[in-house]
Amino acid sequence: MTKDRFGEYGGRFIPETLMTAVLELEAAYERYKDDPRFVRELDALLTNYAGRPSLLYEAEKMSKDLGGPRIFLKREDLNHTGSHKINNVLGQALLAKKMGKTRIIAETGAGQHGVAAATAAALMDMECEIYMGREDTERQALNVFRMELLGAKVNAVTTGTATLKDAVNAAMREWVSRMADTHYVLGSVMGPHPFPTIVRDFQAVIGREIKAQMIERTGRLPDMAVACVGGGSNAIGTFYDFIGDESVRLVGCEAAGEGADTPRTAATVATGSEGIFHGMKSLFCQDEQGQIAPVYSISAGLDYPGIGPEHAWLHSIGRAEYVPVTDDEAVAGFEYLSRTEGIIPAIESAHAVAHVMKIAPRMEKEQTIVITLSGRGDKDVAAIARYKGIEIEE
Amino acid sequence: MSRITDAFTKDHKALIAFLTGGDPDLETTEKLICAMAREGADLVEIGIPFSDPIAEGPIIQAADERALASGTTIDGLFSLVKNVRQKTDIPLLFMTYLNPVYKYGIEGFAEQCALCGIDGVIIPDMPYEERAEFLSRRGASKIELISMITPTSRARAERIAADAEGFLYCVSSLGVTGVRQDIGTEIGEIIAEVKKTRDIPCAIGFGVSAPEQAEKMAAISDGVIVGSAIVRIIAEHGRNSEEAVGAFVAALRAAVR
Repeated sequence: MTKDRFGEYGGRFIPETLMTAVLELEAAYERYKDDPRFVRELDALLTNYAGRPSLLYEAEKMSKDLGGPRIFLKREDLNHTGSHKINNVLGQALLAKKMGKTRIIAETGAGQHGVAAATAAALMDMECEIYMGREDTERQALNVFRMELLGAKVNAVTTGTATLKDAVNAAMREWVSRMADTHYVLGSVMGPHPFPTIVRDFQAVIGREIKAQMIERTGRLPDMAVACVGGGSNAIGTFYDFIGDESVRLVGCEAAGEGADTPRTAATVATGSEGIFHGMKSLFCQDEQGQIAPVYSISAGLDYPGIGPEHAWLHSIGRAEYVPVTDDEAVAGFEYLSRTEGIIPAIESAHAVAHVMKIAPRMEKEQTIVITLSGRGDKDVAAIARYKGIEIEE
Repeated sequence: MSRITDAFTKDHKALIAFLTGGDPDLETTEKLICAMAREGADLVEIGIPFSDPIAEGPIIQAADERALASGTTIDGLFSLVKNVRQKTDIPLLFMTYLNPVYKYGIEGFAEQCALCGIDGVIIPDMPYEERAEFLSRRGASKIELISMITPTSRARAERIAADAEGFLYCVSSLGVTGVRQDIGTEIGEIIAEVKKTRDIPCAIGFGVSAPEQAEKMAAISDGVIVGSAIVRIIAEHGRNSEEAVGAFVAALRAAVR
């Protein structure tokens, strides 16, 4: 496997104009990733600013209620800015700073990555522009204002389906126009090499912490690690340190929307096929003409027609499994965790909770499951109310 | 010599005209290609519409949306090219993103291109490093793969030029396709450097929108590619674009000598 590929997936399928920028990024990353000073600076930010390590909380009431295994929640929702996105953003912003960039741009779906990017830009005195599908700016209006409060400019993207995919298109088009002073902080383990590797490395702290925390708490590795998957950054962060531990089942939960057997879905592994898009060879929701399909999920953060290339590879070799979870199931998971444990998860993370609700009753009591709660659900409260037909005003 | 390189051996610089296939429908595209050939274009580049054309500005994005809305498919475009080939020998290129080709099957796509008379393809999201799969799977077909260089290619331009086929598509400036007021001279310097290492035709595209600009760009290269400015006329006139597009191509022809 060459370093820009995961099996046959990955690569860098981008316009020639961007090649120099991407090669420059790769060289900078190679130079800094093991540089003791860079590592020290990033560790200090993660500890003192983001609040790492994040808690591993045993959801005893949930375990008891489901009558199954011990369930642990990896609390990425407790990080500064409220999601795992800060892990990657601090790493990339620090790297961009070392590269002499003064401006960062980023796409965002639910707004979690945009908020994290805007936060890092504020902290590191960088200019910041966020690209967000117009539909998402409406679904997540609060996050738009949050990014603006942090000093970022938010561009509502009206092209195509006006969601995450189009936000990525817009950010790529902007990057092609302005590379000298600008770094594109991609938010997931997708896009051209080296992004899937860089983002995975910065998110791998999740799985490393889980491993140490589980060994400390239970004396052994978990039997299963479960995370939601859009592009797949919190999932790969969760999985990466366990890939070599064959006893640990790795489960990614995709957004099935109204159902993986309907056109209103974003479940890429369940419904997609191989393709080349957004800089990578991977799996994509597309039609027989190779046009990228409009996808749908209640979750703006999982509403993406592709999946990161490393996930496509883990799927192809059978090391990780990917399951579709519908809107209805995710909303039920959202409410269940809120009531049972007093933790309101992001609607994205609620997909993982919902899957565990399905499978836990069939598992043994002595088994252990870790669910990564990628983010907190405050941002989703209004949308969930709307979904349930409740009118609320803020 | 291929039909593409022949287009660069005339007593004037080459004029390459672009349009999106199926915008607003295939019948109009067919008429427009013939009009372009008649009014003096030396090559015609036909865009295969894609849902997410990341190298395009708003004008061609909108054209892709119109073409997809009218139900344009790759097989439909192959039929169109067959019809066009009854009427003109002008070299024809497909400009397409990689995914539709990949989904169609590279072998089948290359074979059909050759059968119906396409001379070359331009794939903007397939850079030099990612060409191997396409090259190995295009088989015996004589479809030429057009390579691109840009103002950021400096260190890479020589290597790209060494392996290039047909002509080098020289991107005028940073950014996506569209109409620009000013185009820098950086690409001219890169072309001059490339020419020292290999005598390959170099045509400049991206942003070239008016005859005066085309004239300037032709002066520092072997030809110019005009896309968005033509597509804008098609957007305005729709099915009745033939006359306006023909007149614009004639004006470009007069400027590009």
